[in-house]
Amino acid sequence: MTHIKVNVDGTTYEDEVEPRLLLAHYLRDRLGLTGTPIGCDTSNCGACTVDLDGATVKSCSVLAVQADGSEVTTVQGLAKDGEWTALQRAFHERHALQCGYCTPGMIMAARDLLRENPQPTSYEIRQALEGNLCRCTGYQNIVRAVLAASGQEAPAVAEEVTA
Amino acid sequence: MTTVASNGHRTAFVDNDRKPTGHGRMLRKEDPRFVRGKGRYVDDLQLPGMLHLAILRSPLAHARVLSVDTTLAEAHPKVRLVVTGAMLAEKGLAWMPTLSNDVQAVLATDKVRFQGQEVAFVVAEDRYSARDALELIDVEYEALDPVIDVRTALSPDAPVIRDDLEGKSDNHCFDWETGDAAETDAVFARADVVVSEDIVYPRVHPAPMETCGAVADYDAVDGKLTLWSTTQAPHAHRTLYALVAGLPEHKIRVVSPDIGGGFGNKVPIYPGYVCAIVGSLLTGKPVKWMEDRAENLISTGFARDYVMRGEIAATRDGKILAIRTNVLADHGAFNGTAAPVKYPAGFFGVFTGSYDLEAAHCKMTAVYTNKAPGGVAYACSFRITEAVYLVERIVNCLAFELDMDPVELRMKNFIRPEQFPYRTKTGWVYDSGNYAPTMELAKQLAGYDELRAEQAEKRVRGELMGIGVSFFTEAVGAGPRKDMDILGLGMADGCELRVHPTGKAVVRLSVQTQGQGHETTFAQIVAEELGIPPQDIEVVHGDTDQTPFGLGTYGSRSTPVSGAAAALVARKVRDKAKLIASGMLEVSVADLEWEKGSFRVAGDPNASVTIQDIAMRAHGAGDLPEGVEGGLEAQICYNPENLTYPHGAYICVVDIDPGTAKVTVRRFVAVDDCGTRINPMIIEGQVHGGLTDGVGMALMEMIAFDEDGNCLSGSLMDYLIPTALEVPDWETGFTVTPSPHHPIGAKGVGESATVGSPPAIVNAVVDALAPFGIRHADMPLTPSRVWEAMQGRPVPPI
Repeated sequence: MTHIKVNVDGTTYEDEVEPRLLLAHYLRDRLGLTGTPIGCDTSNCGACTVDLDGATVKSCSVLAVQADGSEVTTVQGLAKDGEWTALQRAFHERHALQCGYCTPGMIMAARDLLRENPQPTSYEIRQALEGNLCRCTGYQNIVRAVLAASGQEAPAVAEEVTA
Repeated sequence: MTTVASNGHRTAFVDNDRKPTGHGRMLRKEDPRFVRGKGRYVDDLQLPGMLHLAILRSPLAHARVLSVDTTLAEAHPKVRLVVTGAMLAEKGLAWMPTLSNDVQAVLATDKVRFQGQEVAFVVAEDRYSARDALELIDVEYEALDPVIDVRTALSPDAPVIRDDLEGKSDNHCFDWETGDAAETDAVFARADVVVSEDIVYPRVHPAPMETCGAVADYDAVDGKLTLWSTTQAPHAHRTLYALVAGLPEHKIRVVSPDIGGGFGNKVPIYPGYVCAIVGSLLTGKPVKWMEDRAENLISTGFARDYVMRGEIAATRDGKILAIRTNVLADHGAFNGTAAPVKYPAGFFGVFTGSYDLEAAHCKMTAVYTNKAPGGVAYACSFRITEAVYLVERIVNCLAFELDMDPVELRMKNFIRPEQFPYRTKTGWVYDSGNYAPTMELAKQLAGYDELRAEQAEKRVRGELMGIGVSFFTEAVGAGPRKDMDILGLGMADGCELRVHPTGKAVVRLSVQTQGQGHETTFAQIVAEELGIPPQDIEVVHGDTDQTPFGLGTYGSRSTPVSGAAAALVARKVRDKAKLIASGMLEVSVADLEWEKGSFRVAGDPNASVTIQDIAMRAHGAGDLPEGVEGGLEAQICYNPENLTYPHGAYICVVDIDPGTAKVTVRRFVAVDDCGTRINPMIIEGQVHGGLTDGVGMALMEMIAFDEDGNCLSGSLMDYLIPTALEVPDWETGFTVTPSPHHPIGAKGVGESATVGSPPAIVNAVVDALAPFGIRHADMPLTPSRVWEAMQGRPVPPI
């Protein structure tokens, strides 16, 4: 067992963990922060994406002991005092989620993109989210949501025109 | 009546606040928890004392199990329980019924029949220890020759896979036939043109982002089992557990919490669920089973795997006369196909498509192979993906043969609007359709004629550009109970509606969303009928203790069946509200008029009561009219009279790199007609997702095997699903042809895009390859397979 001290979403935790414990399982099973889901076992899907000291990582591919002394932000730490971030609002308003399973990782990856590139093009958004798989949305509304969250004109989603 | 509109990319952003009740764009009620990481999926569940279950799986595709030694695993300090097939056999639980009246091994006893099959399980204190202990189980196998290629499965010398079945001496699973063979042969005999093509729909997998899993909690004191599980059909599962495990049904509660995508993968009962139940029964603790991605891909319900010979007969000027097909269906080691009992090939009978034919015939043989069970999944609407792929490919082969434009050929043969309801040559009665305007709109959105001109220019320069068209008719909303049942359970759906004293309401569904937005759209249906704002209507689903019985969500059946139930139960409440209103307004019922949300007295605009006023009166003091009980609620079980038949016109544009054979989907235009549109925003999202499935299947996805039966696609490294970079910006449009038999005219739509898009993409790729003389190439059209096609025909996939 290894002693670790890690700050997650503003709260500091101290734990004894096995060195082999994955950060994703530490967050989910030990801390009960289940907002970060797991979608694969080969680091492809990105559902488990979190922020680790300002870098975006797939938490299934980081050991909890590697997060010792670090600050981790998950999707559960984004909204402050119940106030959603622009990305969370945009995902809702642009219908950028369906089953919701990829959404936490998708939002975390998009957040990282907008930090580095506040006004990305559609293609840059698609490139940045290449490590995040979604099975429901076909990605287009996710691109629209990220455009909207960056303050850019984003094409709307459908409106009914029949009576 | 049909109205035509297109949303294109140009419509304004409209907030749902502007349209507080009824059908139309409304933001989703389920989003707030998901965007904040507050969804409640199965693996999020933590119960006091909960143990973790892991399954040991077969490394071999076909082998006799000689011995299973669990001594070392049992000695592991954190292991509580190790269970083998032999132990389950003692309790009569080693085999379970499948949804196709076959049986499937829960844990192997005699032999293993596919790689990844369940052999033993461990229950331990944490998930890591459970996995550790799997390594400590020693299984001795005697390898047997596997049957992998469906084409050789019926050879006389093929090893017999299902020797567990009494007297079984071959790998034959079932035969099925539809249409009129003699009549079809006669039409073929006199046709000017006959085109034949071997067309494979390879094995793929729904691969929802969340894999399958369950938490079983058996309470020995009150004898009640609670099972949280990733199920699309919680009520049907409850009944099957009662039949399998011998537990009384009222002591079983199945809860389907938030589901991270289903796509048909979460319809069957998997051995893992049964293992979790057994684990909880034996340990007295809650037991969680959560499979990993590899387990999901290699052992849970696959999709497709139809080897088809398609034949089409026509006149020289392009009148299609008949379609004939022979199908060899690979069902894997156990027939676990989820389909209504009388439909072992699902609804493949709609392979006549959108065309008015003189005759049609299909003969199918299904076989066992040493592969995982499944078949019906991945938004297939019970094999309609295969049916539509067959017809839309073979029609394109005919267009190629006749040197005719594929749109023109389709337009010439469409079932005409006045022919509906239209009985096909295989007996399906299409409810409504107006196909030509849908096709015209797609052509217009795509700029079809300009695209053909661009293609002609590019061909001169040696550039490979292809334009693919598909036009499909779906058949969704299973189904009429006289014809359709799953293991004896009629395919009807319940709905219950309660209006509280303050005018807020709860609607309880038997169907189960996996992301399709039922919590929003079912509130909209009730809102439209009752005039209660959708924000005031809570949708409850997924808990068999809390919801009426019904068969669940798959086959795009929620809107056709449960959506109808929701509308009708609201009307039932409205009828009662009218009686109460007549008492409140002191007029006869005949004098009342309904205006959304209130009853008013005809001719007296000032005399009216709202549905909220009526709800309070229904629960409050004061007299109610003679014979009216207190309260304001109703329930219903809706038995649909027919399926709904949505349709669509899709046009795909691809570019192929002549040097690398890489296919790029440049544009995709999808025009769908699902009748009345409850929430266009959600429909558009459903379509986007399904089109992406289509790109995956057409260009990337395949569950492949080597000759030893090793599954070569057991991870997301090998089973490729589209990322944001493989798909274009989708261009969608719609027409509206309501279903005449549905209470609100709505048809299902969830699977349309998955059904309709693969043929459009393949047709586009084949069209691009026309300079090479290619008439057909099988999916997935990966660069290597397209390259092979450019050199001649690629080998059909196994």
